[in-house]
Amino acid sequence: METIHLKINGLDVSAPAGSTILEAAHQAGIRIPTLCYLKEINEIGACRMCVVEVKGARNLVAACVHPIGEGMEVYSNTPKLIESRKKTLQLLLSNHDKKCLSCVRSGNCELQQLCREYGVDDENYYEGVMNHYEPDTSAAHMIRDNNKCILCRRCVAVCEKVQGIGVIGANNRGFDTVIGSAFEMGLGETSCVSCGQCIAVCPTGALYEKDYTNQILEAIADPDKYVVVQTAPSVRAGLGEEFGYPMGTDVEGKMAAALRRIGFDKVFDTDWAADLTIMEEATELLDRIKNGGVLPLITSCSPGWIKYCEHYFPDMTENLSSCKSPQQMFGAMLKTCFAEKEGIDPKKIVSVSVMPCTAKKFEIGRDDQAAAGVPDVDIAITTRELARLIRRCGIDFTMLPEEGFDDPMGESTGAGVIFGATGGVMEAALRTAVEVLTGEELGKLEFEDVRGTEGIKEASYQVAGMEVNVAVASGLGKARTLLERVKSGEANYHFIEIMGCPGGCVNGGGQPQVSADVRNFTDVAGIRAQALYRNDEGKKIRKSHENPAIKKLYEEYLGEPGSHKAHETLHTSYVKRKVN
Amino acid sequence: MLSNKSTVQFHGTKEQEEQLKNVIHELKDEKGALMPILQKAQDIYGYLPIEVQTIISDETGIPLEKIYGVVTFYAQFNLNPKGRYHISVCLGTACYVKGSGDIYNKLMEKLGIVGGECTPDGKFSLDACRCVGACGLAPVMMINDEVYGRLTVDDIDDILAKYE
Repeated sequence: METIHLKINGLDVSAPAGSTILEAAHQAGIRIPTLCYLKEINEIGACRMCVVEVKGARNLVAACVHPIGEGMEVYSNTPKLIESRKKTLQLLLSNHDKKCLSCVRSGNCELQQLCREYGVDDENYYEGVMNHYEPDTSAAHMIRDNNKCILCRRCVAVCEKVQGIGVIGANNRGFDTVIGSAFEMGLGETSCVSCGQCIAVCPTGALYEKDYTNQILEAIADPDKYVVVQTAPSVRAGLGEEFGYPMGTDVEGKMAAALRRIGFDKVFDTDWAADLTIMEEATELLDRIKNGGVLPLITSCSPGWIKYCEHYFPDMTENLSSCKSPQQMFGAMLKTCFAEKEGIDPKKIVSVSVMPCTAKKFEIGRDDQAAAGVPDVDIAITTRELARLIRRCGIDFTMLPEEGFDDPMGESTGAGVIFGATGGVMEAALRTAVEVLTGEELGKLEFEDVRGTEGIKEASYQVAGMEVNVAVASGLGKARTLLERVKSGEANYHFIEIMGCPGGCVNGGGQPQVSADVRNFTDVAGIRAQALYRNDEGKKIRKSHENPAIKKLYEEYLGEPGSHKAHETLHTSYVKRKVN
Repeated sequence: MLSNKSTVQFHGTKEQEEQLKNVIHELKDEKGALMPILQKAQDIYGYLPIEVQTIISDETGIPLEKIYGVVTFYAQFNLNPKGRYHISVCLGTACYVKGSGDIYNKLMEKLGIVGGECTPDGKFSLDACRCVGACGLAPVMMINDEVYGRLTVDDIDDILAKYE
């Protein structure tokens, strides 16, 4: 590829032709501030934070979209630019609800950080009319507070371009422009799937999950309640970022210790239920293959994907595995098997889950998710909410010892922990399905073809003389592409794993927010996934069907995988929904 | 949150829908087809309620929100039908300084709708407009083709009563 030579702030820089000034500067270690820019997702040059001076150019240019040219001379930090950026920020603040002290993003708000960097010393410099909006609380999982919105359109772009949904957009024009849904419907009335990717990319406190941390503390303080927590695989791969650990640090031990100190009666692990899911789902797959059931079978762990399927591919809900998600399987076993054994009234159990996901907040309220006649899970919080809870309880996370989970629902295998990465459920299922089908032990447990953060992966395996075709998609835009190929008959699979968020749960809508500055130049999902694959490698047991706690559960309570009792408690049903 | 769906019942016919679908199929593969589709749709129905935008969304695969975003961006598109009696209040400079803002507010209060809307019975619709060329009569409003000038807020009840 042709190399272009230019100067940035007097330094010689070279970069491939077609690069933007921002990319060339980044390669040279020069930071240009951005706000609306999301690499490959929102490249609209709208916010004017990234303006630079180019010698010979009449006006300031937006570095995020302006291509480099041979011999170009660029300046990124002149007094004129600093003044321009400061003015841009002051103009944004002129119509921004500046209640920073009580804002959920205080401390990691990208607007706040830029104001600090550019010395915005008067937040009311431009006083005038301000818009006032009623926050939209209609969705189960989140709140939109447009008083904090800066109209960067990052949420709009991720919803439409990455997830292929497009239920939010810019309505009206000029000063009346507001991000919302068609006909000003509340988000809860639209076909929003609750993935929370909009929250993940929001630079300010305009979008945030519904917070249930106080309800948890109240339940723990109530002597009549038995409060149990489960943590999804990806939480341990993301939580550390909230406490200053580098991205990709596995903080499983400290997380378990923190949960115990918060005061949960039992600290269990969703990974245990992930192993259980594999037992049920692998059984369902083998059954469908042998008995001519509907194929391809598609995984049902991701509630964002499930809701997407119900809205956008209602004719394919038969393909969905009837298995509840690991979160819900956990809750079901907690309030039936565990409650019976321990002699606890399931009505007194408060079942709490910590998830990298916002759609889990929607999932707990779905029909047919109440094995004991009460909801399987009562409160689902995100990784971010757990971090808040830890801080609120005065726990010094970095000083905590490494602790383990409680028995029996804390025992898990490497197969369970990789659920958090795209391809992980597929790999875990293959480890079990292949051994069950062949009756022989696998030599190599890693299924490399289904690893990695590409949106769509395909593989074919010879298992006991049978060819098994599998595919993995993450991010709903990619899922749509894959499913359209399946529907047109162009592709033929037995088993498909779909995760709602790009890169899988490690990059879920409930994970710690990563500022666009970092996100634009980092494979966030890939780095976090490594934490899970390392965790898997370090486990003594790495196959779900070898999990002793799961074996015991079947022996003592459920019978066989796919048994009548398993179906009553661990399986669910789906509905068909409209698009709007 | 206040929904922006029209309160006037939708009376689209099968023929109109057929006509709209033909328009969409003619245009849908062209780049930038949404604007001409919306213009033709408004020609067919007179306005673009959710029912019409939903047909366009279903037929083109463009998300409903995106269509709504375009419709609310351009002043040429209406979300509400015109009433049997369409009231335009001039908010041009001369009328405005003579108090047409108060007239406009009074009409909104009296009819229970905001500018751009139509009463649920389909009788009155209300809009603001710029200069009708009768500044000497300011403040001015028009109801269909009838011009009312030198208005005061107290005139409104009597004028509306004429259309009962």
